[in-house]
Amino acid sequence: MHGLQYIVAAGFFQSPEVQVALMVGSAVAVTSAVVGTFVVIRGQSFLGHALGDVGSTGAAGAALIGIQAIWGFLSGGLVAGVAVDVLSRRPRERDVATGVVLSSMLGLSALFIYLITQLSSSTGVTQEILFGSIFTVAPRLVWPLSVLSVLALMLIGFLYRPLLLSSVSEDAALSRGVPVRLVSLLFLLAMITAVEQSALVVGALLSTALLIGPAATAIRFTRQLGYTLLLATVFALADTWVGILLAYNSFTWPPAGRGWPVSFFIVAIMVFLYLVSQIIPRAPSRRADKGGDSQ
Amino acid sequence: MMQIWHQVFQPGLFTYPFLIHAWVSASAIAIISAVIGFFVNLRGESFVAHALPRGAFAGAAAAFLVGASSLLGLSVFAVAMALGMGTMRRQGEKGVSTALILVMALALGDLFLTVGNAYAPEVFALLFGQLLGVSASEMIAITILSAVLLLVVGAVFRPLLLSSTVPEFAAARGVPLTVMNITFTVLVALAASLTVPVVGALLAFSLMIGPAAAGWYLAKSPGRAMAYAVVVALSSVWVSIVIGYDTSLPVGFLVATFCLIAYGGARWIHFSRSRRAPAPSPRPQT
Repeated sequence: MHGLQYIVAAGFFQSPEVQVALMVGSAVAVTSAVVGTFVVIRGQSFLGHALGDVGSTGAAGAALIGIQAIWGFLSGGLVAGVAVDVLSRRPRERDVATGVVLSSMLGLSALFIYLITQLSSSTGVTQEILFGSIFTVAPRLVWPLSVLSVLALMLIGFLYRPLLLSSVSEDAALSRGVPVRLVSLLFLLAMITAVEQSALVVGALLSTALLIGPAATAIRFTRQLGYTLLLATVFALADTWVGILLAYNSFTWPPAGRGWPVSFFIVAIMVFLYLVSQIIPRAPSRRADKGGDSQ
Repeated sequence: MMQIWHQVFQPGLFTYPFLIHAWVSASAIAIISAVIGFFVNLRGESFVAHALPRGAFAGAAAAFLVGASSLLGLSVFAVAMALGMGTMRRQGEKGVSTALILVMALALGDLFLTVGNAYAPEVFALLFGQLLGVSASEMIAITILSAVLLLVVGAVFRPLLLSSTVPEFAAARGVPLTVMNITFTVLVALAASLTVPVVGALLAFSLMIGPAAAGWYLAKSPGRAMAYAVVVALSSVWVSIVIGYDTSLPVGFLVATFCLIAYGGARWIHFSRSRRAPAPSPRPQT
C-alpha cells in the first residue's frame, strides 16, 4: 500500500472533480470507442472530426441567444451532418462536401464569436468553447450526458448486423435487402449524438482522439468485430483513467505546479498505443481479406 | 450614383498603406491557396487541408514557449506533420493517420499553452489571423514566397496531376506514389505556414476547399478547373475585404460564406447542365 501513494497523489479518489471526471470520462470513452469502430471501418474519420468542430459553432450560437450549450452542440452537429449527407450524392463528393460544410460552419463560428464579443465584451467564452476540460464538467450535466451516451449505444446495438454488413460491403448488404440508406442515416444520428456529447464534455480535440484512436488501434489486433469493439473500449477506458490520474498528479509537477492538460496525457498514450499496433504484425485474416484498408 | 459608390468603396480603401498591404497579400494567398486546393480536391484530401493549418497552430505555441519566432514554429510543425501524414498514408485508412497527427499536434499546443503560462494573444490571433496588420516587408515576403511556391507546383505539376487522377497509371509510368504523397502534403504544409499567420487557420482552410470545389463543378479540364478556382478565390477575398472594411464583420466569416455561395452556384450550374445534356457527362455515374 505504501507504493500506491507514489502512483496516486493524495486525495485523488476523494476529490469531487475527479469523481465527476472519471464518471463522464468513462461514459465518453465507451461510447466513442464503440461508435468510433464503425466510423473507422466506414472510413468516416473526417466527418467524425468535423462533427466535433461544428459543435462549437452551435455552442457559440447557443451562447449568443442564451440557451444551454448542449442544445447548441446537438443542433450544430445535426445541421452539419444533414448538410454533408445531402451534398454528397456520390461517394466521390463526400470528402469535399464535408470540407465545404466544415469551413462554412467555422466561418459562422467566427461570426458568432465576433457578435458575442461585440455584445458582452467578455473573451472568456471564446477560450472555453475552443478547449473544454473534463475537470470543469458541471455535475448537473452528468445525467443528460449519460442519457445521450446510452441513446447512441442503443442505436448501435439496434443496427448492429445491418450496420456491420453495409459498412464492410455495401453491395453485399444491398443484395441481402438491407436498407443501406436508412442504416447509414441512423448511424449518422448515432455518430452525431456520440460526438456532440463528447465534444461538450472533453472538447473537440479529445472527442476526435477518443473516436478514432482506440478503434484504429484495436482493428490492428483482431479481425472479429466483437473483439474489436471490446478491445477498443478497453483501450479507451484505460487511456482515459490513466490520463485523468496523470493530470491529477501533475499538479505537483514542474514548471508551474498548475497541472498539465489531461488532453495531452490521453492523446500521448493513445498515439503511443497506435504506433505500437503499427509495428506488430497484423492479425491473420480468418476469412478472405475484405480489402480496401490496405494497399 | 456616386454616393452609392462612396458608400461601398469608403475613403481609404485603396489608399491606406495597411489596406494596400492587405489587398496584395490576400491576393497572393488566394492564388496559392486555390492552386494547392485544386490538388486537395482532386485527391480527396480535404482533411489534410484542414488538419495542417489547424495543427500548425501548436507550432506557434511551442515557439512562444521557447521565445522563437512564431512563423518558424508554425512552419517546422506544419512540415513535420506533413512528413508524418505523407509517410503514414501507405497503411490503413488515410483519415486515421491525419486525425491522430492532428490531435497529437493540438494536444502538444494545449500543453505548451498551459505550461508556458496562460494567455498568449499572439497565439490566439493565429486562429483568426491579422490581415489588417501586415507590414510592408511582410507583404513583400508573402508575395515572393507565394511566387516561389507557385514555381514549385509548376515543376511537379505533371507527375502530381497524374498520381492524383490515375495512380495506377502513374505508378506504371515510374512516378513514385509515396514520394508524390509526401510532396503533396508538404506543399499543403508550406502553403499553410504562409497563409495562417496572415488570414488564420480557419480562412486558410476555406480558401483551399471552396474555390477548388467550385472550379471542379464548373470546368471539364484540369487547367480550367484551376483557373476557375483562382478566379473564385480572388473575387471572394476582394469582395470580403470591401464588405469587411465597410461593416467590420470578420473577414473569415465573409470569405467562408462567399466560397459557400460559389460552391453552391457551381453545383447548381453543373446540375442544370447535366440535366439539359445528360449524354456527354465526363464522370462515371454511380
